Amino acid sequence: MTTARTKSLPSSHAAPLTQRAPWLGILRSRRLWLGVLGWSVALLIFFPIFWMVLTGFKTEAEAIAEPSLVFSPTLESYDAVQNRAGYARFAINSVVVAFGSTLLALLIAIPAAYSMAFLPTRRTKGTLLWMLSTKMLPPVGVLVPIYLLFRDVGLLDTRTGLVIVYTLMNLPIVVWMLYTFFKDMPRDILEAGRMDGASTLQEVLYLLLPLTLPGIASTGLLSVILSWNEAFWSLNLTSSQAAPLTAYIASFSSPEGLFWAKLSAASTMAIAPILVFGWLTQKQMVRGLTFGAVK
Amino acid sequence: MKLSRVLPLAGIAAVGASAAQAETITVATVNNNDMVIMQGLTDAFEQAHPDITLDWVVLEENVLRQRLTTDIATGGGQFDVMTIGTYEVPIWAERDWLAPLDDLPEDYRVDDLLQSVRDGLSEDGTLHALPFYAESSMMYYRQDLFDAAGIEVPEQPTWQQVRDWAETLHAPDEQTYGICLRGKPGWGENMALVSTMINTFGGRWFDMDWNPQIDSPAWQEAIGFYVDLLGNYGPPGASSNGFNENLALFSRGNCAIWVDATSAAGKLYDADESRVADQLGFAPAPVAETPKGSHWLWSWALAIPATSDSRDAAREFITWATSQEYVELVGEQEGWTSVPPGTRKSTYENPDYQEAAPFADFVLQAIQDADPTDATQEPAPYIGVQFVGIPEFQSIGTQVGQMVASALTGETSVEQALQAAQRATQRTVERAGYQD
Repeated sequence: MTTARTKSLPSSHAAPLTQRAPWLGILRSRRLWLGVLGWSVALLIFFPIFWMVLTGFKTEAEAIAEPSLVFSPTLESYDAVQNRAGYARFAINSVVVAFGSTLLALLIAIPAAYSMAFLPTRRTKGTLLWMLSTKMLPPVGVLVPIYLLFRDVGLLDTRTGLVIVYTLMNLPIVVWMLYTFFKDMPRDILEAGRMDGASTLQEVLYLLLPLTLPGIASTGLLSVILSWNEAFWSLNLTSSQAAPLTAYIASFSSPEGLFWAKLSAASTMAIAPILVFGWLTQKQMVRGLTFGAVK
Repeated sequence: MKLSRVLPLAGIAAVGASAAQAETITVATVNNNDMVIMQGLTDAFEQAHPDITLDWVVLEENVLRQRLTTDIATGGGQFDVMTIGTYEVPIWAERDWLAPLDDLPEDYRVDDLLQSVRDGLSEDGTLHALPFYAESSMMYYRQDLFDAAGIEVPEQPTWQQVRDWAETLHAPDEQTYGICLRGKPGWGENMALVSTMINTFGGRWFDMDWNPQIDSPAWQEAIGFYVDLLGNYGPPGASSNGFNENLALFSRGNCAIWVDATSAAGKLYDADESRVADQLGFAPAPVAETPKGSHWLWSWALAIPATSDSRDAAREFITWATSQEYVELVGEQEGWTSVPPGTRKSTYENPDYQEAAPFADFVLQAIQDADPTDATQEPAPYIGVQFVGIPEFQSIGTQVGQMVASALTGETSVEQALQAAQRATQRTVERAGYQD
């Protein structure tokens, strides 16, 4: 590479060199290297998930044997997992809690972000930072107070309880994201609306929301994914009635005994819905996350 | 209102009425094989007790421990039956967190329970939990490798002999390692084994005035021995191996010797899961200076939290799950190697079990021998073989476990690790007021 570059230095055009040796041009293309890098990172991230799915189709003995890609797939573990604990009950809890908390968070965060973005005071920045700072506390630090509160108001092991906790947990991120999306929106459009006699509610409903929909959608998706994967509160605040899929996975992990295949099967079933959901909505997510990135 | 709308409502009302009759109890347990079998027998229990319905919460051991501690310490009342160990029972019973089990029915046959196991679950002579299964520790070895090398294992092996055998049989090129031992840090992981080594090398965690003894010569000798043995003749990455990893290694044939829980025997004898089922040798856990405390005693037990609203139903369940009839039910349905071991004399007197489990007498002996009240050469102020029965031990044990693991990986020297562990432990007991 280095010698090739030194050689090509005297020439002011790269074209003749590419014509002489096309492979050299391909090798030097930034796109190719970026592609290779992108694929490597993607494969690296995807590999554990791939291995988990594979292990779910092995027997317990194969799961702990020398790692191998060649084996005869079996549904034995899925069968055992399904026989031991009803998947549906956990999955329904996950869906209700993840979407319920996201909806509630958006309902609270949209007006909050609107006022911060369009009617800021000198304390707005401080308020935003303070909100984010609540995410810096390790959750276990407030476990006992929250547990006691939930015990007294009867929210332990209820979906309502989890929805409340997840809403509060994700609210700072949701407000922050919406705030940045709203801030990027030209104020003139809102002002024009106001000139035409729109009320604040109309302004939000007919101008702000439609224009920032990609941003709101990706915020909502992120909140759903965060709630779906959350494992600390869901394990600590539920027992049998409201337990979501994270508790389902935890029930197959064990420090005594071999449960790798069953654990993998349970995990695959637990992530499958959110994986498909993320896959279907990836366009919106990427669009939303890069929304306003290039100005 | 249309009839089609009324009907489902009537249905719901009917379901509600029948549900109100059956009392639901929530049982929290760990995901170990014996408990999975118990969960599988839910129908058998519910058929015999139509007025009780079981609701299961199954979690990984450490998650469960944290979950239950939070609930019981705050009086959350989320569970009616809790699966806890020998470590928690006396501590929780002392705080009146557990319902005492003093008037058990006659046909439960309390006297059939092994005395050492019973003692471990009692506070002031009253049982506060019923043993589901119990285990001690022992040595497993590959008979074929030992035969090929001409090694005879004596009735009671010593740690020095174990070291010599491990050195002879260590063949890392063929992926056969001399010895597999726990290395993963944690009070219930590496420190369970390491504590038994300390006991038998003549050491103890605290003297009678609660002064930590971690920088004593006995500890130095024991830890030095452990680090040398596992570091030189163990598998690569031994510091991340716990029970499961070693079970996998040994059952694949990668270890010549393994010292760990007696409850592994049933799994190693199961030819479906283990490649060494027909080459398995076993011996008592090795000793050094003294036989005292050379093997541990642990039992998983079922207890009823004082906060439970359904104590009677919960008692029905735990007396069923720890009864002789339950053991027989599992034996018939799942095979005799799968019965919960170590709790009842009658299990060991059963000819079916004796035939299916050649290790039975051996395990019984180990469990009966283990004495949590006298596990150290010099007197100690605490109860427990492989743990110290105080609430602070979870953090002390895990912290010291991490330092031992760092000595094993060579990050620090044994001496440095023990000095740091001594200082940390001294701080903890001082703050907790044990030395006042």
